[in-house]
Amino acid sequence: MTSSIPPAFVFLVAAALVLLLPGGSRRLLVPAVPLLGGINLWFVWQGGGALEVPLLDTRLTLLRADSLSLLFGLLFHIAAFLGAVFAFHVRDRLQQAGMLLYAGSALGAVFAGDLITLVIFWEGATLGSVLLILARREPRAVRAAMRYLVFQLVSGLLLLGGAIVVIGDTGSAAFGHIGIDSLGGVLIFVAFGIKCGFPLVHTWLTDAYPESTPTGMVFLSAFTTKLAVYALARGYAGTEVLIPIGTAMTAFPIFYAVIENDLRRVLAYSMINQIGFMVVGIGIGTSLALNGAVSHAFNDVIFKGLLLMSMGAVLHQTGKINGSELGGLYKSMPQTTGLCIVGAASISAFPLFSGFVSKSMVMSAAAAEGYWIVWILLLFASAGVFHHAGIKIPYFAFFAHDSGIRTREPPLNMRIAMAMAAILCIVIGCYPAWLYSLLPWEVGYVPYTGSHVLVQVQLLFFSALAFAFLNLVGLYPPELRSANIDSDWLYRRLLPGAARRIEGAVAALSAFIREQSTRGLDRLFYAIAQQNRPGGVMARTWPTGAAALWILVLLGACLVIYYV
Amino acid sequence: MKKKYWLDERRNVMRLIWFFAALCVGVLVIDAGFHRHEEFFWEGWFGFYGFFGFIACVVLVLAAKELRRLVMRREDYYDE
Repeated sequence: MTSSIPPAFVFLVAAALVLLLPGGSRRLLVPAVPLLGGINLWFVWQGGGALEVPLLDTRLTLLRADSLSLLFGLLFHIAAFLGAVFAFHVRDRLQQAGMLLYAGSALGAVFAGDLITLVIFWEGATLGSVLLILARREPRAVRAAMRYLVFQLVSGLLLLGGAIVVIGDTGSAAFGHIGIDSLGGVLIFVAFGIKCGFPLVHTWLTDAYPESTPTGMVFLSAFTTKLAVYALARGYAGTEVLIPIGTAMTAFPIFYAVIENDLRRVLAYSMINQIGFMVVGIGIGTSLALNGAVSHAFNDVIFKGLLLMSMGAVLHQTGKINGSELGGLYKSMPQTTGLCIVGAASISAFPLFSGFVSKSMVMSAAAAEGYWIVWILLLFASAGVFHHAGIKIPYFAFFAHDSGIRTREPPLNMRIAMAMAAILCIVIGCYPAWLYSLLPWEVGYVPYTGSHVLVQVQLLFFSALAFAFLNLVGLYPPELRSANIDSDWLYRRLLPGAARRIEGAVAALSAFIREQSTRGLDRLFYAIAQQNRPGGVMARTWPTGAAALWILVLLGACLVIYYV
Repeated sequence: MKKKYWLDERRNVMRLIWFFAALCVGVLVIDAGFHRHEEFFWEGWFGFYGFFGFIACVVLVLAAKELRRLVMRREDYYDE
């Protein structure tokens, strides 16, 4: 059936329209696009099928609708709608175009059936997302955007290179299971890994996302990394190396999150932690694990979006986002506080909230396959995420010591967007059957068993007790104005420092060579000048008689040669 | 005149914490009388999840404090 059009097109056409339309209609258009796209998506869902267009001697599959791509397609429509409502007050054309281009490209990549289409939309997502960081229009954000761009472009180039190798090897551009057994497979794996935030190449996320606009980060958190999770689930399910990588992703960011001051950066670290759970699930590769991975991606977009919306609201209202400068905001922003707590409960996987019904699938899958070290570390990360995202975020923003800031609730559109996200978190948490029915693989998973609820409540209550205890005895580290160095130190300090040193050495060398050569030339010119001065060889006067004698000798010589 | 909130009283905060601590004890009591499903043998230990959660968070925070010595710099560290 071809009555439906690729979901990306709806967004991309609208992104082009944004460049032309005047302010008022532009603001209405942005949230309308995901709704229109949703209607189109419904037709795609009904029709299934594919849309292929010829290109040179191959065919591009612009629309491949199967249960995996449809799940992420639905998710991206929901995320785009929530983000658009949250950003309804924004009049900045750059941000509006960026939002639509970004969401559209992510949808294009999700529905791409071949590697060439994937590469094109992968780059489109890079372009759209960088606009949301640049739109902050501060020198600091622009510098972060440039570093972000380098990472994203490297990922794009690796994907392109890998795609060329894979197509050369197999003769097919189809985007299915790839695996890391071939060079092309490894290149694409690294490309996905960069966008996914694998350890050491994760810093683009924690560096650039918190520099974006208050509304921009809500968008950024939804698409790039979840697109990478989708791509890994499609191409690398059951690739075992993902298990240690994912476990590391769940564990190391929580330490940074505890000491980080910028609350949106805390959530950026927390994003890596949550993606870690998904990556582990993809690495385990059983139906339960894969379902856990994709359903957790689904829930994460919504509850992380909700948390980032609440922090975006705080930033929008107060102009501050550092834990050290905030506190006591519950007095003037009670609604935002309540909505933030719903997001916090969801990310912490509290029973009746969405995180509970998905994260537990990954944990159960790890246990079922006997990965006990992984399981222990995931349990540690679960307690840790509650600690830094579930407690720290609402506590330092809305409670803690009263910073004296008195403000108002954010604009209505922001509150509506947060409320919709909060309702989704609770509905999915209380009625997981709806989400489970959308999952690509067979599920026979029951989240709400007595022992499961009990152990989770126990884990979370005692983690919270630890927080209260550490605070009471004064062991809890205070929020400090600071920058924490991460692996970005390599390219933000070490390499520039080394480059400066090398530059200095080259400059010194060149000065030395210049000095030596000028001295040599000076000597040469001096010597020549000496010969041209009075008393020099060239300045001597010779009698004409001698010249006549020399001419006579020359002519004589000519005669002799002539006759011989 | 500045409005006084319930949570502004330290006494009330302490009440809240004690109430919460009582909840924790309640959860432990339930654990004692409930046979849980377990994948690993240690899950069967009494209050395993509670102790794990508490210790994990204390270790996390103390380790993160030590991490500060290693990674914390001035706020404008990267700014030229």
